[in-house]
Amino acid sequence: MAINTAGTMTPKRPAGTLYRGREGMWSWVLHRITGVAIFFFLLVHILDTSMVRISPEAYNAVISTYQNPIMGLGETALVAAIVYHAFNGIRIILIDLWSKGAKYQRVMFWVVMGLWVITMLGFAPRHLINVFSHVGGA
Amino acid sequence: MATTIESPRAPHTVRRSRGVNWEKWGWIYMRASGVVLLVLIFGHLFVNLLVGDGIKAIDFAFVGGKWSDPFWQVWDTLMLWLAMIHGGNGMRTIVNDYATKAVTRKVLLGAILVAVVAMIVLGTLVIYTFDPCPVGSPAELLPSFCATR
Repeated sequence: MAINTAGTMTPKRPAGTLYRGREGMWSWVLHRITGVAIFFFLLVHILDTSMVRISPEAYNAVISTYQNPIMGLGETALVAAIVYHAFNGIRIILIDLWSKGAKYQRVMFWVVMGLWVITMLGFAPRHLINVFSHVGGA
Repeated sequence: MATTIESPRAPHTVRRSRGVNWEKWGWIYMRASGVVLLVLIFGHLFVNLLVGDGIKAIDFAFVGGKWSDPFWQVWDTLMLWLAMIHGGNGMRTIVNDYATKAVTRKVLLGAILVAVVAMIVLGTLVIYTFDPCPVGSPAELLPSFCATR
């Protein structure tokens, strides 16, 4: 704190900001990045699903590209992005609408990260086993 | 002697232009659709990726089986509309934040609008004009119920 010309205290950094620095800012950065990634996947996903309207062969050909191991890792990353975006979205709603939301935003970020880890521990092994157990033509 | 002191506050004036406040409704839409999408997408991922053999079991017959049920038709239609508008509005926010030139901004916003409308129209048409048992296709590629039709 510094004494300014008016004789009052001026904080060196603006106090009470939610979106500058630390958890508040990085959660926002991650929310944007995951949101953009999910949007572009959604465009692709609608187009690949639309192949059911062409023919069974066309759909099976395009969906089989999702079943190789490299895409399996990509799908795990995609689900990780979706789960983060979903849980952090709930955190944003609570910050905006819950009277104590802004006060607990930092705690809620770590709750989001905890729930994200738990959800991914449930999803990733199961999905990766599905993808990798069939490698080699099985 | 009692004196009444006038409130120092200037009288409140509403300075917003008349008409629908679209930014407010957009803000509300992001939160409302977000909650619904959490349920719809988590359900979608659970049923398609975690039940049974997961992604390995997804083929034309799998989709044909799902979309023969109005429940999944409505589920996927809701997911399509809510997600495309949610995503399109999110992309609009990002373009408004980072596009510095008016022309760039207009082009990008136009592209987002075209993509959103095209995907919603295409997806909805696919869900409701879809034939799970197309004539002339090999039976082993079709849902099992096609044989009894």
